[in-house]
Amino acid sequence: MKRLGWTLGVFVALVALLAIGLRLNPREVPSPLIGKPAPAFDLPLLMAPDKRFSEREMLGQVWILNVWASWCPPCLAEHPVVMRVAQSGMAPVVGLNYKDAREEALPWLERNGNPYRLIAYDADGRIGIDYGVYGVPETYVIDRKGVIRYKHIGPLTADVVQQKVEPLLKQLAGQ
Amino acid sequence: MKRALVMLAFALPCWGQDLEQRATALEKELRCLVCQNQTLADSNAPLAVDLRNQIREQLAAGRSDREVVDYLVARYGDFVRYRPPFKATTVLLWAGPFLFLLGGFYLLARVLRRRRVPAPQLTSAERERAAKLLE
Repeated sequence: MKRLGWTLGVFVALVALLAIGLRLNPREVPSPLIGKPAPAFDLPLLMAPDKRFSEREMLGQVWILNVWASWCPPCLAEHPVVMRVAQSGMAPVVGLNYKDAREEALPWLERNGNPYRLIAYDADGRIGIDYGVYGVPETYVIDRKGVIRYKHIGPLTADVVQQKVEPLLKQLAGQ
Repeated sequence: MKRALVMLAFALPCWGQDLEQRATALEKELRCLVCQNQTLADSNAPLAVDLRNQIREQLAAGRSDREVVDYLVARYGDFVRYRPPFKATTVLLWAGPFLFLLGGFYLLARVLRRRRVPAPQLTSAERERAAKLLE
């Protein structure tokens, strides 16, 4: 009887372990950048190639950096959510247009709407690498001091915004 | 002058080859995050191509293998390394198999100990019967 209990216990533990393992999303690799200063960049703007934008300009406010591209279907999927976040005025949303072509990115924005306060143009994906981007879209919440507080990999959903982004923005706004 | 040029012509490809070998070795040690079970060397994902170019650029600029790996780990985490470092968060990963092995030995020892049944003691009546049978 005792032996049966043991075997059963080990079996249940194994099932639990595998169940947890199967539920984890292997694509969500924890970013080593959380809690670290947002990597510096100085990029031309998508809309105005002669003007530039650096992450330093956002110091002093809590902001959202959304990495997207016109060639990326999940970006289109999350687009309404990004629009809603931007319209809610919770935080300014800055776009990082990743490995895209201007002549495709601009019509894409025209078709789908532009939620971004401004868009930095990362044509060769260099800055994307600095931010550890490996699957667009990716979204970062950056605090007043320029520290990355949260990173979401893949399309933003209403749930993620409600459960993760919104509470974090409120908490950061209060600080 | 001519000799120097000839030497240079021979030296350059050698240097390039050495660099190529180092780059290839690194690419086989690093994971492509887009197709997670492929190395950077195997993957054709655009990000893998970019990262391979980065590795080559940095090696050409004189960075050490270690510095290149650190560069990628700082951005993508330990997950990019196929051979993760031994540290607090990876203790279970490295020590786990040995723990299982120890557990297996423990169970084996227990089972074997239980099996060692004491030699049967015969009563005197049984001894007599056995002796009779053997005669």
